[in-house]
Amino acid sequence: MINFDNVTKVYPNQNRPALQHCNVAVEKGEFVFLVGPSGSGKSTFLRLILKEERPSQGHVYVAGKDLNKLTNWKVPHLRRRIGCVFQDFRLLPNKNVFENVAFALEVIGKPRRFISKVVPEVIDLVGLEGKGHRMPDELSGGEQQRVAIARAFVNRPMILLADEPTGNIDPATSIGIMKVLDRINRTGTTVVMATHDAAIVDAFRKRVVELEDGRVVRDQSRGVYGQAY
Amino acid sequence: MRLHFVFQEIWIGLRRNLTMTISLVITVAIAMALFGTGMLLKKQVDSSKGYWYDKVEVSIYLCTKTSSEPKCSKKDATEDQIAELKDSLSKLPVVADVKFESKQEAFDRFQKLFSSSPGMSQATKVGDIPPSLRVKLKNPEKINDVISLGEASKGNGVDQVINERKLLEKLFKILNGLQWAALFIALIQVFASVLLVGNTVRLSAFNRRRETGIMRLVGASNMYIQLPFILEGAIAGLAGGIIAAVMLVGSKVLLIDRLEDSLGFASHLTWTQVAGVIIFSVAVGVLLCAGASFLTLRRYLKI
Repeated sequence: MINFDNVTKVYPNQNRPALQHCNVAVEKGEFVFLVGPSGSGKSTFLRLILKEERPSQGHVYVAGKDLNKLTNWKVPHLRRRIGCVFQDFRLLPNKNVFENVAFALEVIGKPRRFISKVVPEVIDLVGLEGKGHRMPDELSGGEQQRVAIARAFVNRPMILLADEPTGNIDPATSIGIMKVLDRINRTGTTVVMATHDAAIVDAFRKRVVELEDGRVVRDQSRGVYGQAY
Repeated sequence: MRLHFVFQEIWIGLRRNLTMTISLVITVAIAMALFGTGMLLKKQVDSSKGYWYDKVEVSIYLCTKTSSEPKCSKKDATEDQIAELKDSLSKLPVVADVKFESKQEAFDRFQKLFSSSPGMSQATKVGDIPPSLRVKLKNPEKINDVISLGEASKGNGVDQVINERKLLEKLFKILNGLQWAALFIALIQVFASVLLVGNTVRLSAFNRRRETGIMRLVGASNMYIQLPFILEGAIAGLAGGIIAAVMLVGSKVLLIDRLEDSLGFASHLTWTQVAGVIIFSVAVGVLLCAGASFLTLRRYLKI
């Protein structure tokens, strides 16, 4: 599903590469934790999958396609098949829960009837039954993150990328968020989650890819966060 | 493509930048009105140039007792002198027609011309205006042949040679100047409106950075992301163009028609021509704004 083939990324005006010689393969339906200290290249890893950045060397394959060969005007179609969740939720403050989720479908031109059928289903899936009319500022951090997950998942992407989704949320609520991500993973969606949260990684026992200074230093199925932490 | 969604976004964008949009609309309106006025003036000048140059005549005024020209020696031109002059003028290849206008005829014409200003017409008597030979030309470009013949006949009954074309040229020079001034100011305004479009788009892109960020993330096509911004510019351009259209109708009625009246022009500028100019300048306004916002988008909106 996702394949990094000897990928090196050096940002312009920087000497130290953000990623160097990375080889990682993620199969369809896998759940992968991407761990490592800040600046170890986790976000770069995710941005390369979205083609927000292009590798300085090597190839990134998503769903069998070489992203280097993907023309710019096809990038939106790639992103439609990848959902994204961030630490800071990125909801639109002037839209309610339903509208926030619907926005993702509106802007890719889905018909209104389809939207009004699919959005409530996804809102239920992430555990926000009956809260469709709430505004983001009326929701807790955990609930806002559920809205963001609903928005990322509403178009049924094949991959869900989560960049520290529990970073702004207390540990008890984080478990709930993880259960939602797990539920999404069980529908067959590949999930790649970058995180600092050792407790969660240890509790879930999924595959762990550890990055340090842009290198993959550990790739372990059913791993833990690591002894050093 | 969901039009409702796009228009909703445009409406939000225009409302959030209301002051910017208003200044843009005003600038575009002034630019396009001046541009259109310049074009109308040009059309007017071109068509009346042709019209008047076709009718252009050289007037050769003949000596009278009251002439100030010393070669006339305070005598009326004799019948022989007139006949001879007329004859030699008719022999010139460029001359189409020579007409003699007697003192009485000249007086009548003057009375008719100034019938609206009684002071002028009452103060003139028969004989104040000298008789003249009015020479019509086949080819107005070769007017000098006639003038030099007229000048050479001074002392043979000719008082003064008046080249009407020269008078017209002065007038057209003024109109031409007006036209270029209008176009020049329009050009400056166009420059200002391009900069304003850039600023408006920048503000708009900044205001909507969350929305566009999410749109990018969920895979909205570039068209879908850019279209509201471009249409925002186009709508502002259209609004400016419509105001300019009103101003152009005003300038046709107030400026050009009056100019025609006071200068005694036959009306050459039809409403069809005005409509053509209006459509053209509205189109230029819309394309200008849409184009400028498209170009600035590339700088301020990451795709």
